[in-house]
Amino acid sequence: MQSENLISPGFADPVFQSQAAFRALLTALSEPGLIQQVAPGFAAPEGLEPATAIALLTLADYETPIWLPAALRDGPAGAWLRFHCGAALVEEPAQASFAVIDGAAEAPLLADFNPGTDQFPDRSTTVLVQCAGLAGGDIVTLSGPGIAGSRDIAPIGLRPGFWAEFSANAELYPLGVDLILSQGEAVLGLPRSTQIVEVR
Amino acid sequence: MTIHQSIPGEDTKPAYNYAYLDEQTKRMIRRALLKAVAVPGYQVPFGSREMPLARGWGTGGIQITAAIIGPDDKLKVIDQGADDTTNAVSIRRFFERTADATTTEMTEDATIIQTRHRIPEAPLTSGQIMVYQVPQPEPLRKLEPRELETRKMHAWAEYGLMQVKLYENIARFGEVTTTYDYPVSVNGRYVMAPSPIPKFDNPKMHMSPSLQLFGAGREKRIYAVPPHTSVRSLDFEDHPFRIQSWAEPCGLCGAKDSYLDEVVTDDQGGRMFVCSDSHYCETRREQGHRGTMLADASASGLVEAKS
Repeated sequence: MQSENLISPGFADPVFQSQAAFRALLTALSEPGLIQQVAPGFAAPEGLEPATAIALLTLADYETPIWLPAALRDGPAGAWLRFHCGAALVEEPAQASFAVIDGAAEAPLLADFNPGTDQFPDRSTTVLVQCAGLAGGDIVTLSGPGIAGSRDIAPIGLRPGFWAEFSANAELYPLGVDLILSQGEAVLGLPRSTQIVEVR
Repeated sequence: MTIHQSIPGEDTKPAYNYAYLDEQTKRMIRRALLKAVAVPGYQVPFGSREMPLARGWGTGGIQITAAIIGPDDKLKVIDQGADDTTNAVSIRRFFERTADATTTEMTEDATIIQTRHRIPEAPLTSGQIMVYQVPQPEPLRKLEPRELETRKMHAWAEYGLMQVKLYENIARFGEVTTTYDYPVSVNGRYVMAPSPIPKFDNPKMHMSPSLQLFGAGREKRIYAVPPHTSVRSLDFEDHPFRIQSWAEPCGLCGAKDSYLDEVVTDDQGGRMFVCSDSHYCETRREQGHRGTMLADASASGLVEAKS
């Protein structure tokens, strides 16, 4: 068997690795804009940031359809997620519980994902946005639940108009998608409740 | 999967997964928690599991704690403010047995505080997680018994009925007579049941630096209030929200700023008021604060004097 056809391993210790990763994600989404680190040294399949792979391994299973860009879906990342999570990989963004997008890619838009319904806003998609970095870019000032006053973030590698899309998403509150920005072993949560004060 | 097998000498007993719940259940609860945090105050339905104690005994809180707890955590469990009451002792022991949890009674030391019906008096800090046991997560249930209707009321933020209920209280009794489970508005959007904490504790939820998670096992709902989130008790401009106050301080530690329980001491009408938060009261007594009814056990020969 050729090595590129092999599915790389998931968690060596699923109970404690997923618990630690979940606490990082919980803090990330309850205190938006605070960068959280997941455990280092995880070998993610090609195309997924280690933090993205760890988040999906922690949260996704047969109950949660995942949307991936076509290139990832047909590559080792898709096979890896099917095997380890048992999750269905869907082609329609609006059907997904979790989605992985490239922050710099032009499609799909945040509005293409499921924002939930007015009676069940929890059924919305959680979008993992893989970007080039979580610091060093344009400064974006956030406010909202989980933020005392305001908080600055500066991710890089996001498409032009991304913050306008995010603001439009926040307008839908309590509907809307929740974002987790990921790069390397770091994640940064941007739930729908977060407002953008200004982009500099 | 890591099987938890550290019950010494009880090899014949079933071995459970760490923290009792299986990993798929934990994932389901974790997903619900993340959505709950993203929409503060909204009740997320979840697949509540059968737990080894009856529903109504804190199974919602236990399932949340089981889904979040890890080896680095220190767990404190309180029942009506006290660390040493039945519910608190048995839940603490449950996590000691199933998750090797480090437990503590010190509010400042704890990373997870599971609570039934109180918020500790000591100020909470960033990084701590409060887990509330909730019997009835739906604040509108007594006004509208149908889930289909209450769900629409939340969806469209139609909370007039709740204001009418509070108004009728004022019209009949001159004030809002709800003293516990006093409805709050979270992040200016959802009306939420703060669980049956006394309304004395409501202001502590507002802009709290700690993360607050709510679990209702029987009713199968999870909801949350992230840190630094507005939690406003419903009221009227001319009848502002007020918390309880007492004419006398705690009989044991003399605290004037804590929530006091009334304890009947005889059948002659004698009574005393003591802090409901046992850890707070003990800490104050250790610091030398003495209430008027604090007896000295060593002086009356009941115990040996501390050297």
